[in-house]
Amino acid sequence: MLFSPYITKPDSVSKIMLQVLFALIPGVILYVWFYGPAILVSILLASVTGLSTEALMLKLRKRPIAPFLKDNSALLTAWLLALSIPPLAPWWLIVVGTMFAIAIAKHLYGGLGSNPFNPAMIGYAVLIISFPSQMTHWLAPVGLGSAGLDFQSQLNYILKGALPDGLTLDGVTMATPLDTLKTQLHMNGQMQSILEMPIYGRVAGVGSEWVSLGFLLGGLYLYLRRIISWHIPAVFLITLFAISGAFHLIDPARHAGPLFQLFSGASMLGAFFILTDPITSPATPRGRMIFASGAAILTYLIRVYGGFPDGVAFATLLMNICVPLIDAWTQPAVFGRKDER
Amino acid sequence: MRKLYTFHGGVHPDTCKAQSNGRPIAKAKLPSKLVIPLRQHVGHGARVVVEVGEHVKKGQIIGQAEGHVSSSVHASTSGTIAAIDMQPVAHPSGLPELCVTLIPDGLDEWVTLEPLEDWRGIPHSDLRHRLRNAGVVGLGGAVFPSDMKLYAHKHKIRTLVLNGAECEPYITCDDLLMRERAEEILMGAELMRELLHADEVLIGIEDNKPEAIAAMQNAASKHSSMEAIAVPTIYPGGGAKQLIRVLTGIEVAAGVRSTDLGVQCFNVGTAYSAWRAIRFGEPLISRIVTVTGNVASPQNFEALIGTPIAELIAEAGQLPGTTGIIMGGPMMGVLLPSDKAGVIKATNCLIAASDALFPPPKPVLPCIRCTRCAEVCPAELQPQDLYWFARAKNLAKAEDYHLFDCIECGACSYVCPSNIPLVQYYRFAKSEIWAQQAGQKAADAARERHEFRESRLEREKREKAEKLAAKEKAAAKGASPPVTDKQNAEPVDEMQRKIQAAIDQAKAQAATVKPRNTEQLTPQQMAEIAEIEARRARIREIAQASTDAQPRE
Ligand code: SF4
Ligand code: SF4
Repeated sequence: MLFSPYITKPDSVSKIMLQVLFALIPGVILYVWFYGPAILVSILLASVTGLSTEALMLKLRKRPIAPFLKDNSALLTAWLLALSIPPLAPWWLIVVGTMFAIAIAKHLYGGLGSNPFNPAMIGYAVLIISFPSQMTHWLAPVGLGSAGLDFQSQLNYILKGALPDGLTLDGVTMATPLDTLKTQLHMNGQMQSILEMPIYGRVAGVGSEWVSLGFLLGGLYLYLRRIISWHIPAVFLITLFAISGAFHLIDPARHAGPLFQLFSGASMLGAFFILTDPITSPATPRGRMIFASGAAILTYLIRVYGGFPDGVAFATLLMNICVPLIDAWTQPAVFGRKDER
Repeated sequence: MRKLYTFHGGVHPDTCKAQSNGRPIAKAKLPSKLVIPLRQHVGHGARVVVEVGEHVKKGQIIGQAEGHVSSSVHASTSGTIAAIDMQPVAHPSGLPELCVTLIPDGLDEWVTLEPLEDWRGIPHSDLRHRLRNAGVVGLGGAVFPSDMKLYAHKHKIRTLVLNGAECEPYITCDDLLMRERAEEILMGAELMRELLHADEVLIGIEDNKPEAIAAMQNAASKHSSMEAIAVPTIYPGGGAKQLIRVLTGIEVAAGVRSTDLGVQCFNVGTAYSAWRAIRFGEPLISRIVTVTGNVASPQNFEALIGTPIAELIAEAGQLPGTTGIIMGGPMMGVLLPSDKAGVIKATNCLIAASDALFPPPKPVLPCIRCTRCAEVCPAELQPQDLYWFARAKNLAKAEDYHLFDCIECGACSYVCPSNIPLVQYYRFAKSEIWAQQAGQKAADAARERHEFRESRLEREKREKAEKLAAKEKAAAKGASPPVTDKQNAEPVDEMQRKIQAAIDQAKAQAATVKPRNTEQLTPQQMAEIAEIEARRARIREIAQASTDAQPRE
């Protein structure tokens, strides 16, 4: 009890981050359902790496370790990165990515609250630029790959890099639905026939569309618990819907429909969990809407015209750069001064 | 149903009012002594008009209002003046003030009062004079002399807002006053309305006080154009700006006088005291004080001004584990440096604090820009940005982002998940800016004094030479008129006065940022606090330096 106010709301950074982790769970469960438990191994590896890197960096920076470790922010970064990269990959991929995210993208920029870029997305960007091939081998949904892989063999591959005899990596993995679409269109495939490939389900990829739905559910929970405001997810999804819808209307043969975009790749994860990271997004309501619509447009353009399988990460990072500017531009009018501007 | 407006943000802390609002107002016992500060109000302190050893009667003026904005101070009971000296007062600054110590004789004998059966025929300037002499000041916390606020303004005042919202947790003094003395409050309101030539009186009461609302509505029905209105319970809905907004839809920006927008606002307690002063001639020598928190029987007391705070708390039965006394509520109240100080006109509530009621602050984390603070800020500021600028000592930017529109309500600190003492930073930044301005003004004044002196010397030299020349030319001519600096000197004095006022303000403000405890802080924060301390020392230095630089002309 130092100075007024002497009472505070029982809320903490730690609890907020915990809620966000909790909200990821439906998506993770569906992930396991459709792709097997390999993702849990990634998440575990990422969590351990994330927490130890955080502790190490705090020690190096001479900051108190316990209160910061308990804030759960490193854990959240780790989970988001794990969910953004292929689960069936050598163990060091996620370890390197997480270490980079926490040590460089977070702590070298000043630690919690000071990093201008979303650490998980920096981790993703580093990995996809440094290890493009490992980053494109996504697990095929259960029953879709040319051969199934049980958990034991998944673990073996992650830890030792060894696949069961007679199996190749290409046999058990495939490109993402977004990537496949892009490649097929390049090879002059017809939209109609491409979407009839077994990898596609009701609106987007088999399995991945469900995982997206899981993230959507978790995101709605975050909104209802008032952890996030509606501005970023709503504007991001609406803009993405609008722009992909417009392209689809103009040229349906070369542009998939809006629902396909919403339920593919990291759209839902990005809308509710990545772009909404408070530290790297604008603070004003109007700013958030500008930020989200910019991110949606960039995501779409990168997906359709860029060289990477998904656009959410780079769109996020590009918009992160603009945050201080957006915030400065969108200062709301203060009480009693509404007509001064 | 009247249309009510809303304001942005606000929070809903536990109201904790039930503890103290269940019992009627009790008359506090006559204390062993009374310590009455001569300056309990905004403006000039009153001038002492009694001497040590003098016997005074209850209600006798002991400090005469002096200066434009000032208010008289009275003996709260009959007795003997024991001392007139500097004493700790119930003020956040903790700076001692001139106080009159009065030892009661137990007779509680009144001076001859001058009641007014009917005030309606009396000139308004007389009524204002009576209020000033009766020491009536705002009892909601602002303690501004009420007579100064009761002018018919050059702008037509439409609405008199009577503030009975009482939004701070724990405080119930206005609640009980409205329940028990509604009629007299409204008599006072009627008087105020007349002085302001206002059309209507709107009384705002938060809807967690149904008994008070009923009592006030009942009383209001006997007056034309008066209405007691239940407003939603939300902190800080009882802030004058917020209540005005809720009742009238008008937003009064910082630095704007509400009267320019046609509204004036008074606390219900002030209306009551104004009525007692005019109708019965009773000066403001007592007020209702909620005594609550870590006490056996929380209750409202009618306490004499000057009653030692420790004695008043003892009446409610202070419990073990009390760690300090908060004056005011838990959101904006101040931890008193001493419980020896006397109750003052601003003392609406005394909370005995304990670790159970107000746990020590949790470790502070960096701001995560979650904007919960912006969501609750009633001034619609961006507290996270202000915090950033205040920390970086980017004061110009903080001012740009409307630092001075912050009403220091504490809602932002209340919700901050990183436990950042945001309001402290804002107070610090404000005091820094004041100090800079004071320093700037002092520098300007010094420069001006210097230039003035130079030009005077030059002029004197010139005049001397001219005189000499004139003398030589025509010795028979009469003497030239004497040279005087008087007229030129006055603006400098005026400036000095202003500087002094600014310095005082900076001093008082600087003192409020004093951290009292450094447990549980990370090394980073300790370093930050040390830095703030150093800055504050500098402020004091600046203030000191400019006080020393008094004109010697
Ligand atoms: S509530 Fe605290 S952590 Fe959140 S933005 Fe405001 S100052 Fe930062
Ligand atoms: S203390 Fe100031 S910044 Fe914080 S909520 Fe109140 S008005 Fe806003």
